[in-house]
Amino acid sequence: MSHLYEHLPALQVLVPLMAAPLCFLLRKEALVGAFTVAVSFVCLGISASLLGQVLDGHVIVYEFGGWPRPFGIEYRIDLLNAFVLLTVSALAAVVFVAGPGQARRAIPPGREYLFYSAALLCLTGLLGVTITGDVFNVFVFMEISSLSSYILISLGRERRALMAAYSYLIMGTIGATFLLIGIGLMYQMTGTLNMVDMAERLQHVNHTRTVLVALAFVVVGISTKLAVFPLHQWLPNAYSFAPPIVSAFLASTATKVAYYLLIRFCLGLFGLVFVFETVGIDTLLMPLSVLAMFVGSIAAIYQTDFKRLLAYSSIAQIGYMTLGLSLATEAGVAAGIVHLFNHALMKGALFLVAACVTWRVGGTKIGAMKGLGQRMPWTMAALVASGLAIIGVPGTVGFVSKWALVSAALEKDALGLAFLIMASSVLAVVYVWRLVEVAYFATPEGEIEKKDAPLRLLIPTWILAGASIWFGLFSSFPMRVSELAAAQIFRVGL
Amino acid sequence: MSDTPIKMRVRETVILRVIGKGFVPFILLFALYVQFHGDYGPGGGFQAGVIFAAGLILHALIFGLDALREKIPPIVVEIGIALGALIYGGVGLVAMLNGGEFLDYGVLDHHEPAHGQHLGILLVELGVGITVTFVMVAIFYAFAGRSRQ
Repeated sequence: MSHLYEHLPALQVLVPLMAAPLCFLLRKEALVGAFTVAVSFVCLGISASLLGQVLDGHVIVYEFGGWPRPFGIEYRIDLLNAFVLLTVSALAAVVFVAGPGQARRAIPPGREYLFYSAALLCLTGLLGVTITGDVFNVFVFMEISSLSSYILISLGRERRALMAAYSYLIMGTIGATFLLIGIGLMYQMTGTLNMVDMAERLQHVNHTRTVLVALAFVVVGISTKLAVFPLHQWLPNAYSFAPPIVSAFLASTATKVAYYLLIRFCLGLFGLVFVFETVGIDTLLMPLSVLAMFVGSIAAIYQTDFKRLLAYSSIAQIGYMTLGLSLATEAGVAAGIVHLFNHALMKGALFLVAACVTWRVGGTKIGAMKGLGQRMPWTMAALVASGLAIIGVPGTVGFVSKWALVSAALEKDALGLAFLIMASSVLAVVYVWRLVEVAYFATPEGEIEKKDAPLRLLIPTWILAGASIWFGLFSSFPMRVSELAAAQIFRVGL
Repeated sequence: MSDTPIKMRVRETVILRVIGKGFVPFILLFALYVQFHGDYGPGGGFQAGVIFAAGLILHALIFGLDALREKIPPIVVEIGIALGALIYGGVGLVAMLNGGEFLDYGVLDHHEPAHGQHLGILLVELGVGITVTFVMVAIFYAFAGRSRQ
């Protein structure tokens, strides 16, 4: 087994990639479901082991086919992407336990294995984007994850899910094409696709207009996938019409991987000095992040649908992450990375709560959630726990990220920014309170039968809700890893 | 059948049936040539897969969708799609188990790495060819089967 140990970087992507066609051969739903969960836990084990290997600051390089850089494709794992890999595979493992949930209704009976296959391919793509050290490979894996996520979104209960998936397809394709154009221009100037090689060569040509245009294409392309305000239009529909399980998976992984890419390209490839001092991308990114925080939160307040509310809240939370990057300091990026992890936990928990509510009530209209506090006590307790995390109450993960972000802002003497971060948290209080008020204080019409969601849904929900409290109380692990990752990318580069 | 006169005419035209019948095996054979000669000349799994599927689709156009479905049931198509991908990945895995990196075909032959590379690319292209063939047939089934529902 020590032999396979060296191949963990390849196996990280290979295991879910090979498992997807195997689902076609297994076919029986119970079998495929158990197999998918097992595979996702193997992925989690691999990424935990990889993170353990890079904690001391060294970088794992895996050369495919034995071809060394810059000729072959290599996987390159440092602290930053090891942490993102762990986040993605952990969330996948927890969410896959819940199974297809409401997506089942859109699947012809006996063909559930197609759902699992698509979910595994989506996981493959997300892990691949994160782990690879080759910019063209990034694009290929991004397409794998996007194509499978369009399928997953289109499985929503309402027919509008098809339209939502289609508009995500259009926006996603534009985003991916922009990224590809940017990569093409970078390749034109450097003659290489390997990240390390490219970063080195870009230093000598970054005064050219081609590189400037490449940066513009790359940043806009990734921002579309990341749903940075005002490129967020696809997100509310996609997340609210997708089956809640799918939303839970995508909301806690897909945008996180896009955020990782933004850091990797801006700080690793183009370089801090070029992106933030020569071009001054922060003058654009910072106001947009602040706008996202407020527009997202204010829009969330006015939603009448629980999942749609969560989707708008995601746009605001992405604002916090990009704000961290736009500070262009080690502390700021560390705050962004830790929020990546924390937001994955709490938004995953909240969308799983939405899955429980859909199971019980048949929909996620906020009006229909009256009295759920009594009817589904465990689910609603998870809603309160993860809702408090979204607000940023001390003792939850939300507080950890906001504290880190505010400290980073203060370190830069940006008092106004620190104030804005706190002001936007007040807006989160409003929309979380709306949910709590309906669930606990509104009197329901008709029957008050106490019946909680099945354990298959409730356990994953509580793992994530519990984790968003646990890592709020004992925040040293995610915070420490984020700080080390930020330090590595600032001091060592790439 | 009375509402589809054009289809009927295609199936009952003797010239089309006879020539088509004669063409299909040659198209399939040519696909195999493109497949296995791919490492020396132009070609490879993608092209071969498409040509092979084109032969099958021509058969369906002349003799009807059901005739092809009988010979290649949808379940075989699905398994074929998965099988090709598994062959591709499997070759990489075998390389890994033989002590090389993933997809390092050189280690497939212990005496002569070049032979290993040759064998590796041949098998990988075979996987590509199988998957492409069945994906094309699956797409054809999906579109051609639509009007019946």
